Amino acid sequence: MITPRLAAGSLLLAATCLALPVSADTLRLAIMGEPASLDPHKVSGTWENDVVGDLFEGLVTEAADGSRIPGVAESWEVTEDGTTYTFSLREDAAWSDGTPVTADDFVFAFRRILDPATAASYAYLLYPVKNAEAVFNGDAEPGALGIEALDAHTLEITLERSTPYFLDQLAHYTAYPVPRHVVEAHGDDWPSPEHMVSNGAFALQEWRSQTRIEATRNPHFHDAENVALDEVIYFPIEERNTALNRFRAGEIDIAREFPTQQYTWLQENLPEAVQVAPYLGIYYYAFNTRDDRATADPRVREALSLAVRREVITDQILGTGEEPAYGFVPPNVAHYEGAELDFADLSQEERLTRARTLMEEAGYGPDNPLELLLRYNTSEDHRKVAIALAAMWKPLGVEVELYNAEVAVHYADIRQGDFDVARAGWIGDYNDAQNFLSLLEGGVANNYGAYQNDAFDALMDQAAETQDTDARAELMAEAETLALADNATLPLYYYVSRNLVSPALSGWQTNIEDIHRSRWIDFED
Amino acid sequence: MLRYTLTRLLQAIPTLWIVITLSFFLMHLAPGGPFDGERQLPPEIEANLLATYHLDEPVWRQYLIYMGNLLQGDLGPSFKYKDFTVTELVAQGFPVSLELGLWAIGLALLIGLPLGVIAALRRNSTIDYLVMGTALAGVAVPNFVIAPLLALVFGVFLGWLPVGGWNDGAWSNLVLPVVALSIQQIAYIARMMRASMIEILGSHFIRTARAKGLTETEVIWRHALRPAMLPVVSYLGPAIAGIITGSVVIEQIFGIPGIGRYFVQAALNRDYTLVMGTVVFYGALIVLLNLLVDLLYSALDPQIRYDD
Amino acid sequence: MTTDTTLSTPDIAGDSLAREAWRRLKQNRAATASLALLALVTLACIAGPWLTPWTLDEVDWNAFLAAPSLEGGHYAGTDANGRDLLTRVLHGGRVSLSVALVATFVSLVIGVLYGAVAGYLGGRVDTLMMRFVDIMYSLPFMFLVILLMVVFGRNILLIYAAIGAVEWLDMSRIVRGQVLALKRREFVEAAQALGVRRHTIVTRHLIPNALGPVVVYVTLTVPKVILLESFLSFLGLGVQEPLTSWGVLISEGKDMMETAPWMLLVPSAFLATTLLCLNFLGDGLRDALDPKTR
Repeated sequence: MITPRLAAGSLLLAATCLALPVSADTLRLAIMGEPASLDPHKVSGTWENDVVGDLFEGLVTEAADGSRIPGVAESWEVTEDGTTYTFSLREDAAWSDGTPVTADDFVFAFRRILDPATAASYAYLLYPVKNAEAVFNGDAEPGALGIEALDAHTLEITLERSTPYFLDQLAHYTAYPVPRHVVEAHGDDWPSPEHMVSNGAFALQEWRSQTRIEATRNPHFHDAENVALDEVIYFPIEERNTALNRFRAGEIDIAREFPTQQYTWLQENLPEAVQVAPYLGIYYYAFNTRDDRATADPRVREALSLAVRREVITDQILGTGEEPAYGFVPPNVAHYEGAELDFADLSQEERLTRARTLMEEAGYGPDNPLELLLRYNTSEDHRKVAIALAAMWKPLGVEVELYNAEVAVHYADIRQGDFDVARAGWIGDYNDAQNFLSLLEGGVANNYGAYQNDAFDALMDQAAETQDTDARAELMAEAETLALADNATLPLYYYVSRNLVSPALSGWQTNIEDIHRSRWIDFED
Repeated sequence: MLRYTLTRLLQAIPTLWIVITLSFFLMHLAPGGPFDGERQLPPEIEANLLATYHLDEPVWRQYLIYMGNLLQGDLGPSFKYKDFTVTELVAQGFPVSLELGLWAIGLALLIGLPLGVIAALRRNSTIDYLVMGTALAGVAVPNFVIAPLLALVFGVFLGWLPVGGWNDGAWSNLVLPVVALSIQQIAYIARMMRASMIEILGSHFIRTARAKGLTETEVIWRHALRPAMLPVVSYLGPAIAGIITGSVVIEQIFGIPGIGRYFVQAALNRDYTLVMGTVVFYGALIVLLNLLVDLLYSALDPQIRYDD
Repeated sequence: MTTDTTLSTPDIAGDSLAREAWRRLKQNRAATASLALLALVTLACIAGPWLTPWTLDEVDWNAFLAAPSLEGGHYAGTDANGRDLLTRVLHGGRVSLSVALVATFVSLVIGVLYGAVAGYLGGRVDTLMMRFVDIMYSLPFMFLVILLMVVFGRNILLIYAAIGAVEWLDMSRIVRGQVLALKRREFVEAAQALGVRRHTIVTRHLIPNALGPVVVYVTLTVPKVILLESFLSFLGLGVQEPLTSWGVLISEGKDMMETAPWMLLVPSAFLATTLLCLNFLGDGLRDALDPKTR
């Protein structure tokens, strides 16, 4: 149908198009959806982070490689018990209208996101701050919140208890300042292009719904002289194939995602543009451990986990560079050395033999086959994985009923416990093992399989009270080992981030959180 | 005729009311809510969100609140697109969908009708088979295949046209989506026109006209064409409503900011107010267009009257 | 007078009508060839899955996304899960053809009767019936489907119901439009004058004369139904893995256009062939049944 010659021709064409951008310093970036809002307190998606993170800057911000560097705060001091942070803000930090960014803007922002009237869905990420939860629930006055402006450029934040990942979290959009003078003047309308004022490297110019968002360099940004781009245009493109095609046609410079099916093709045809890197996320199946389920039996869970050939799923069926998962916390998570399933070193035959024995012990065999209800939400990749699981469990005599549904129905159903195994996934809110392991604590909403292990919960509580980073990591690793020994879930693979980046750009560095701020990007001349 | 039109417009009120009421309860009965997704929010956060949008009240209360606001012309805020009201979203997206849809329908009629007539006149000839075969290919290949194929060939390989984007309706951005949208319609219109033309040409009054010694051209233009368009017109009422409210497939593939996507996405997101907004809008269009179709009947065939 | 108004009993008339139509259909070469090809496709879908060396959900662990080849035994290649595509396409044909057959038939019967009655009776009945159609058009289809699923669970019959629920609407509007025009024609007025009963007029005079557009619209409904079924699968109501259908296979294949074109081409070829045949067969049928040329 499409000959290689044609494809090669298109490559040449794409190359010539890339050489002739609209303006040498306009970055055209495909983001994977239309932002719900540009108010940092009302967003929740990664594609919104792409825009909002270019417009605003927190006390701490992300370097090109995703590591944390000082943002609005020039420096800070932490008390020995790890609960009080004192930040010195830059004197030259300013909003895009020239007004200085003051400590008061942060106090205003923190109180605003924790005000129920703002209806922020991510307000809970600030719960480490003293009294944050109480303020949100109306049990404490906003004034009781652990944030205080000591003077215009000194900010003190008090925490409930020592939180090792708190500084990392300050780079998150939930902790951005908002311009008090603008928000108070325009209310809910403040994020509109005619009103919005921001303190990041770029300032919003135009937002054409479902078409494009334009931002130009903010001359008042404290590091404006080192920002190479004059303008960034964000194109919301939900359909990944469209993003790929527009990239190939030279209409965009960066696509924040590409279709998994095209990976092989891309490796052959656009190898210098493909950027695949480990990502802070785990793709797993929840085992329903509620009493009436076959999967309540740990032997059954172990047998099912043993029979899954993770390498076949990652290498042959998906083939997008995902890492097979034998643990629950992704590798490369900060300050953490994770645990592994104990059979990770066994060969596939050994695993199958052990799985067969376990199934027999659990009372399943040819006369009494195990019947499982497997649920997944509609998507090409989820479907492929589900089919592969069913096929891999077949040698154990397991009969799988595959049940797909659109995402709302899927999660409504699995929250009611109506499944045996169900597709799930988790992308870290912040770079810390606790964010993943807390999914397995008893009574937690996202613990779909209702896994309950008191020893696990106790270790997690103990870790939360521990200030020493290493000791804390060890406690959490111990907890992870327990959950893995119980086969609390069926981890399949660790996510990867997939970007297409024009070779004409410099300053792009892959990182585990897949955070890329446009202020670091430049066109190579 | 005027009285008939007025009566029909009055009937639109109860019709729309039933549509809105049924849809409202249908929607709330479906499992999943606007804030259920891959990650469950902490209970107090979710409760607060629900309260913000009155979703913690009994459904009948929510219905009364919704109807109260609707009567004041307020469609409410979108749950998903938080910086916009439903009215704003529709007002931004509809002109785009309308422009695209009208071009597509126009193109489809311009090509489809003559093709159908020619095929009918040259019935069972090579031309007929050729025309109908091509038209049929247009039906057999779904638009989710045609659209990316067009984008790939004309946008990526040949580089003649942009792969996607809108650019305020620049013609170069319009071509591919209009073509992709109209291919199927051309096929439908051509097929129906051919069948209906054959029907009419074989009917009694055409034979009479021929017997009177009129030339074939006169017979076709003066007598056959208009009544032959009846079934096409019947089909067009709902079809136009569908096309000018956009197509989620075409919009997503070509990156067009129309409202077609909202019909699917709002439902998937359980963005209740946006769902209702699309229902109200689409319902009103259906009622209006079907009224237009009925009025057109009398214009095409004066024997059709609605006096009884 | 263009139609006969003999008062023979319906049974005998129906019988001879059918025989006469069959005789005329056989003379139409395009139609008979289409009928033969259609029968072949249907037969292949029924018997085929037993003849291929693979079963529906059998994974060939050595052949993920393998191109069509004779040596490998995958004559139409494999999909991303290493399953034989030909087996799946033939199997999918069972679902698609049966859905097309049943859903189209349901929409045909309901749509034609409903439209004819509304158009013929006119007045207040017509108004009420058509406002009901307007309402059905406007209801959000996705929620209708999701609710059907919640209330009745998953069931192949529901697919027919869900598709039937929307597909008859267009048909009824088309038939009503035709009947509105036909009922003023002389032959209907003559029949009325002769005292022929109303339901006889509708079934023996109005519907047969409106058949042309109806037959065509039926052939156009088939692809719509087959593709709609794949949308239902997206929502979780359609056929579930490992079962499949042409619509599902085509929508899977569309993303693989460049990397594995066979995944799009093979099911599309089956669908296109079926539609082409149905079309010519439909035209042939229309001619054969035409009361005016008898």
